[in-house]
Amino acid sequence: MKKGVRGARRQARPVPRASSPLSPVARRIVSGDRRALGRLISDVESGRPEARDVLKELHPRTGRSLVVGLSGPLGVGKSSLVNRLLQHLKGLGKRVGVIAVDPSSPFSGGAVLGDRVRIDRDPSDPSVFFRSMASRGHPGGLSQSTREVIRLLEAFGMDTILVETVGSGQVDVEIHSIASTRIVVLVPHLGDEVQTLKAGLFEIADVFVVNKCDLPGADRAARDLSELAQLSTPVDGWRPRVVQTSTLLPSGIPELWAAVEEHEQALRSGTQLRARLTERADQELRSLLLARVQGSLDQALRPTPAWGSLVSEVVDRTLDPYTASEKAYRRLIQCL
Amino acid sequence: MPNSPTPSAKGKRPIRVLMAKPGLDGHDRGAKVVARALRDAGMEVIYAGLRQTPEDIVEAAVEEDVDLIGLSILSGAHMVLFPRVLQLLKTRKASEIKVFAGGIIPDEDARKLKQMGIRAIFGPGTSLQTIVDTARQLAGKRAS
Repeated sequence: MKKGVRGARRQARPVPRASSPLSPVARRIVSGDRRALGRLISDVESGRPEARDVLKELHPRTGRSLVVGLSGPLGVGKSSLVNRLLQHLKGLGKRVGVIAVDPSSPFSGGAVLGDRVRIDRDPSDPSVFFRSMASRGHPGGLSQSTREVIRLLEAFGMDTILVETVGSGQVDVEIHSIASTRIVVLVPHLGDEVQTLKAGLFEIADVFVVNKCDLPGADRAARDLSELAQLSTPVDGWRPRVVQTSTLLPSGIPELWAAVEEHEQALRSGTQLRARLTERADQELRSLLLARVQGSLDQALRPTPAWGSLVSEVVDRTLDPYTASEKAYRRLIQCL
Repeated sequence: MPNSPTPSAKGKRPIRVLMAKPGLDGHDRGAKVVARALRDAGMEVIYAGLRQTPEDIVEAAVEEDVDLIGLSILSGAHMVLFPRVLQLLKTRKASEIKVFAGGIIPDEDARKLKQMGIRAIFGPGTSLQTIVDTARQLAGKRAS
């Protein structure tokens, strides 16, 4: 990633001119064709090679939007918060892309994607694009291609992207390496302050939200989180902020967005940004490479007669599994 | 994962279905039961829920790039709302998205709606297996 990309991102930086004209699909995306965007997202999710080519073309038009993650256990009100944030951001004149991830069934592979049901918006408003994604077996609270879909929404012209994770357990923290500001949404009575000391979800927040603050116990929850925040090591002078919201009343929504913007300001004026972007680029390259290697491995590990006889030998106990695996490994390395 | 029911091969994807209740109608139990059955059959169901306008439904179908739209209706307004959904799909150049429906729809209306382009209509007592099979069949015909 080029130096200074991040600092310039929300100024009207001219899009770098590509050396060759855009392909028809890419042109439809940048010209705001919603049908084309919907279909391209599907192709990216399915890992179609043509979609990868479009991603390459559109990449110069990405990296400039504000990406905000919302994570937290199921039922705390993440989707309802997204709904309220959409209304607030519309008032600020923002163009907003939303990605809402829900889990796929580990049994049937199916999913009910139920985040859209919380959203109340004008369907003819072109400044919002909402896409539900199933996790499709990907761990960590997101789906395999969330990062790519963020980029498509950016190329489509969205300046703000909200990413809502799967209702997360304690370790579903992949959003940490994708979003710029990470919001962790909680509610009163989720547990005492010992819960806040545990590793995982509580470590990734730039902003904590105590939602449903119309319920009793919200002040107590906010106090516990503030104490936790005071103990954390500041990054670029930033310690997690705690905001109380209610999507029912509603209240606290402008304060929540102000906290997000303050965090962004701290990032921009801090020294850690380059390091963070470097780490992310490093991780992304590694995972792309690993996916490639995994593909070749799957190919090389297809059951063959030789493989079958090796398995039989282990079953017959004429060969131990350790020697068998070493044999198989030597064969595999030759294939690769 | 060779035994995964989700097509994991490149270029394949689970069938995506939008389930919605158009118009003013307060009972969504049927829609939820069908959503769950389709989920258990390995489909990704986007649940849009109650009180959706045809505009809401078609915009959601476009953004979510679904193969199918399932409309559930008990209010009696199907002869107004369903044709509007079909017409909007046409204007959005999304006519390859197929629409099926369920609820309380008199036979005579059902015949007319099918002529207009609603692919299947399920009355009370339809088995979930019939709905799943029909959904699979309709989605299989999608040209892409």
